[in-house]
Amino acid sequence: MTDFSYSEVFRLAVPESMLVVGALLVLLNDLTVIRGRTSAQRSAFHATLTSATCLAGMAWLQIMPQAGAVADGMIVMNPTIALVKQAILLLTAFTALISWRVEFTRHLGEYFALLLLATVGMLFLASARHLLMLFVALELTSLALYILVAFHKESRASAEAALKYFLFGGMAAAFTLFGLSLVYGLAGSLSFSGIAEGVVGREPDMLFQVALVMALVGLGFKVAVAPFHLWAPDVYQGAPTPAAALIASGSKVAGFFVLVSLLLGGFGTLAGDAGWGRFMPGWQPVLAIFAALSMVIGNLVALNQTRVKRLLAYSAIAHGGYALVGVMANSAEGVSAVVYYAVTYALATLGAFAVVQVVEGDAGDDRLESFAGLRERSPVLALCLMVFMLSAAGIPPLAGFFGKFYVFTAAVKTGSADLGLIWLVAIGVLMSAVSFYYYLQVLKRAFVASAPDGFSPLRVQPAVLAVILLIALGVVWFGCQPSVLLGPLSDGSPPLSP
Amino acid sequence: MLTWTIYISFLGMTVLMCLPKGRPQIARLTALATAALGLVFGLAGASGFAAGDGVKTLVNAPWVPALGINYHLAVDGISLTMIVLTGVAAVAGVLFSWNVEQRPKDFFAFYFALIGGCYGVFLSFDLFLLFVFYEIAIVPKYFLIAAWGSTNREYGAMKLALYSFASSALVLLGIIAAHVISGAESFSLVDLAGHPFSEGQQAWLFPLVFVGFAVLAGMWPFHTWAPTGHVAAPTAASMLLAGIVMKLGAYGCLRVAMTLFPLGLQIWSPYLGALAVIGIVHGALVALAQKDFKFVIGYSSVSHMGFVLLGLLSLSMVGMHGAVLQMFSHGVIAGLLFAVVGRMVYDRTHTRELDELQLMRLKKALPYAAVVFAMAGFASMGMPGFSGFIAEFQVLIGAWHGFSAYAILAGLGVVIGVAYTLRAMQKSFYPDRSGLFAGKHDDPQLAPITWQEKAGATLLLACTVAVGFFPRLLLDWIAPALEAPLFDGLRKGVGL
Repeated sequence: MTDFSYSEVFRLAVPESMLVVGALLVLLNDLTVIRGRTSAQRSAFHATLTSATCLAGMAWLQIMPQAGAVADGMIVMNPTIALVKQAILLLTAFTALISWRVEFTRHLGEYFALLLLATVGMLFLASARHLLMLFVALELTSLALYILVAFHKESRASAEAALKYFLFGGMAAAFTLFGLSLVYGLAGSLSFSGIAEGVVGREPDMLFQVALVMALVGLGFKVAVAPFHLWAPDVYQGAPTPAAALIASGSKVAGFFVLVSLLLGGFGTLAGDAGWGRFMPGWQPVLAIFAALSMVIGNLVALNQTRVKRLLAYSAIAHGGYALVGVMANSAEGVSAVVYYAVTYALATLGAFAVVQVVEGDAGDDRLESFAGLRERSPVLALCLMVFMLSAAGIPPLAGFFGKFYVFTAAVKTGSADLGLIWLVAIGVLMSAVSFYYYLQVLKRAFVASAPDGFSPLRVQPAVLAVILLIALGVVWFGCQPSVLLGPLSDGSPPLSP
Repeated sequence: MLTWTIYISFLGMTVLMCLPKGRPQIARLTALATAALGLVFGLAGASGFAAGDGVKTLVNAPWVPALGINYHLAVDGISLTMIVLTGVAAVAGVLFSWNVEQRPKDFFAFYFALIGGCYGVFLSFDLFLLFVFYEIAIVPKYFLIAAWGSTNREYGAMKLALYSFASSALVLLGIIAAHVISGAESFSLVDLAGHPFSEGQQAWLFPLVFVGFAVLAGMWPFHTWAPTGHVAAPTAASMLLAGIVMKLGAYGCLRVAMTLFPLGLQIWSPYLGALAVIGIVHGALVALAQKDFKFVIGYSSVSHMGFVLLGLLSLSMVGMHGAVLQMFSHGVIAGLLFAVVGRMVYDRTHTRELDELQLMRLKKALPYAAVVFAMAGFASMGMPGFSGFIAEFQVLIGAWHGFSAYAILAGLGVVIGVAYTLRAMQKSFYPDRSGLFAGKHDDPQLAPITWQEKAGATLLLACTVAVGFFPRLLLDWIAPALEAPLFDGLRKGVGL
């Protein structure tokens, strides 16, 4: 290992440090300043503090842009990574704000502190270019999320979901660790750039295939792509809604970004080929299987869901598949496409979860029928839900459409002239036509069905409403002006270099 | 000026969404003003357009430079024809939805989202932009039908939405492939039309894109969304569906598939032409057997759109002129027929069963509707003096050059068209004696025809008669447009 400067580590990890301090402050205040206040006051206080911490981290990344790498790639910063980190921070800030009125637990300090700690893990994940750091950050995120899922202590579903998540997650982590150890043995290095040098000229032999598939199990689990998706529906369903929202948004962004950095940064030369009729072993064919399975299973199973959170879970699996298509592009453009896709998808999903939470809080569950007549009960909320659902379905001019378009275009461009990956893109576009059906099922309840007799207008916390509106505006804005997000992604240094 | 047709529609949509609840009259007047302004902008733009202009760019600004996407709006004679049609149909649609009582402001907001999308498609000369507008037009259709429709509305709406979305997926695939094959630098229609795609590439890209668009134009055997959708839709939405949305599909076939892949057209035209002819005859025969008045018109739309497709696929100039003219003509006539059936008759009698209407002596109760339907029916049959005659005649001549067997069969379709139109007319408005004696004799009390209905009907009738007597009004736009450099590849490719 090279020599190591602590000041350098600190310089690159200021936002993470801020979050840790924020988490400690939340715990401290919970025991001192606001002790004995009502639960509503306490959760509003914590939500404000948590989101303020995240916003401070975002501001730091904006004002003091850092670049560089330390300790053999344990922490790397460049403009793309800064953008990803800002997105994660924003998503956590929103998650904290939609927890303005936490009713599922009395342990508010711990809840908000864990939100922040999970986010620290995601931030480290985004800037990790080193296998050890990757694994540690992955575990930090996962452990915090396991607990968050279980936070609704009186709910059996919550406990069941957490146990399922934990057991699957632990298993996946073990596979990953084994895979990574094989990678280390093959390449002789733990840093991604070292691995890239170590595998130059190597053929993707059997041992490498085993190492790769095992390493991908853990990451595939993290981003919930088929066939590692089984936990997702139960967790989305059982977890407290804001926790599910964080798993579906921030954790996905980080997961996809690290997946891209590992595969493109470490194994760029061992991609193989998944083009129709030109099959060559490597990671592309593996991802092609994951992507095709995810798009087909996710979309088809979502068709007959009757609960909105489960529906969102299966839709998330499908979206994981679309994003993998972008990873397979194996190009700088593919990286921009995946980041754009993951960020805009995460925003729309978070928004959808926020709406679900409001409806659920009123009706007591998230069945499709609970959304009946949402248009009459809260026109603004219904309109925002329409934006989120249509964005996920890929309707222009919303962000989700451009994301899909960009990912698919990037994938078709690989191996340009003979359009090898077009078979996968064809599955993608046809399956997204299928997905229109279940998104419309939700919107049909909200806009076409009439509200039950004697309905009352929905009451929404102002902070939650503000978040939902902001996200809806963002989804429209990023869709109409993709360059706002693409600008920082597509100019400047190649996205994966320090 | 023409770009404002798009902006005013979306502006109108936003204003309508923000209007207070429970003030239907304000919503209606806003809607009428928006539609009328759109038409005025369209006509004003048309008056500033000289036939020799070729493709006249209105705006061309970089939109997503990273992918070579431009915000490129432009107009040529074909676009202009469609813009005027959209404007006319939009105004008429508002006039015929004056009686929408359930949340009129939401109704009209969706309505103008649809209209704005249609204007956008007709003006886009960047394929990405065109696709964006094309998709924007899909979603409001679902809500218009599902929330304000009648018979089997949720089924009809979902079927239509899924057909539209699945077919547009094919188009998207084709657009991305064309973009990448041509060097991944541009989505501009002009650039891509200039790229020499190899025959092998065109052989699969053409059917992909053409069929993708043609589904929306009601091509047999993918037409089944059309009758169910039309029947389920509220009057204004049926008018727009048949009047404009089906034209979006046909327009896309011409503007994208045929312009970019002429060699593919050459290869596939006999097969797709056969489908078009089957559509003409099948649609007409099925219309002849319908019991529901609106289904008659729904299937007649499939049949008449078959003429558009046949004209496009005829590989002849005169056939393509006829096809574009038929788009306009059918847009106006179908709008009128749906208005009579949906608004004038169904909203008053609450039945569309021809056997029940037969007993109502509607000729006495609604003489105005009877006259309008008779005129629209004659126009639809292809009677000289109305726009349909010129258009279908040109299509048949064009088809005769290329595929004479198809022309004969399509001519048979015209004859059946006369039969089903007369049958529907007779059963609904002019029943024979046996029908009269079988039923009750007291004349039903029906609300009189309102001025809005009269205005809308007059507008549409005026259009079809004007074009019928002076087809050069539109042909002077259409013919030079097809001679423009943009269609060089197409003309060369099919040997014209």
